[in-house]
Amino acid sequence: MHEMGIAGSVLDAVRIEAGRYPGSRPARVGLRVGEWSGVDRESLRFCFEALVTETDLAGLQLEIDYRERRNACERCGAEFAVLNYETRCPECRSEATRVIGGTELDIAFVELEE
Amino acid sequence: MERVAVEKKVLNENDRVAAELRQRFAEQGTLVFNFISSPGSGKTLFLERMLEALPRDTRVAVLTGDVQTDNDARRLARVGFPVQQITTAGACHLDARMINRALAAWAGQRFDLLLIENVGNLVCPTSYDLGEERKIVLLSVTEGEDKPLKYPGAFFKSKVMILNKTDLLPYVPFDIRAARENARRINPNIEIFETSCTTGEGLQSWNAWLRLQLELNAPSRPFAGAGVLQS
Repeated sequence: MHEMGIAGSVLDAVRIEAGRYPGSRPARVGLRVGEWSGVDRESLRFCFEALVTETDLAGLQLEIDYRERRNACERCGAEFAVLNYETRCPECRSEATRVIGGTELDIAFVELEE
Repeated sequence: MERVAVEKKVLNENDRVAAELRQRFAEQGTLVFNFISSPGSGKTLFLERMLEALPRDTRVAVLTGDVQTDNDARRLARVGFPVQQITTAGACHLDARMINRALAAWAGQRFDLLLIENVGNLVCPTSYDLGEERKIVLLSVTEGEDKPLKYPGAFFKSKVMILNKTDLLPYVPFDIRAARENARRINPNIEIFETSCTTGEGLQSWNAWLRLQLELNAPSRPFAGAGVLQS
């Protein structure tokens, strides 16, 4: 259960961003959360809502862009979703593939109101 | 409504501290391993065996994380190297700031090897960079061979997997080949060791590997030649 700490880090980052635009109020924050980031989305939502209530950021909405695990083939360049842990290239069957997505844990944007 | 692009990692602050630690470890020639596993997989005994087999002039220190108690630190301190317990008081993982604070108590000392025993948990510790050279995941044969599939993050981010408690294989329905295959599905390059800390089986190859890593990290210090290999 480290989602509480993650939610706290998100709120800290939102405060820093909002501080760059005096007079604005953050209304929404957008995260990218990868399938293999080790973060559970539902748990993160729960913690976020618990933390944000009764603070200066009360009412802040959380938007989560969930990213599935994706690999790219080193041989033919195909990019594909990794389903059921199958990391071989579906095009050329090469085993030499690398991770290109699904480990994100990023703050993408903040929406500010005047 | 105005949308402002932020494009930062959520754990930006942790990553910043971890990068500073990594830089310091590199400057001081300290090899750092971050051990991750479920509770009860045998991390502490594994570390005890590892410490016992190190050449006595190895400068090694141990940080051990637990939610409560300093039992592990007291066990490990018996081997005679500096040990500090980090009690997280509820947190399910260690973070880079905790490591930084703990290291302040050893300011001025240089170490060849720093072993970090994370809190027993296969999920949360995988998200936090501690400035380590590598994460090492332990899986004991009393757990399920599908653990790598259930907790892919830990196996994906680790460079080494230790399959521990192999002396119990005759008594448990654990398919060790399936465990190895599952780990390689998640992480095709993961190095795998099979060990029993009770019988000592497999520890010799682990210790030889460890010496090699120490020597690669600090070529001026001849660990591999210091012949105290236990059989």
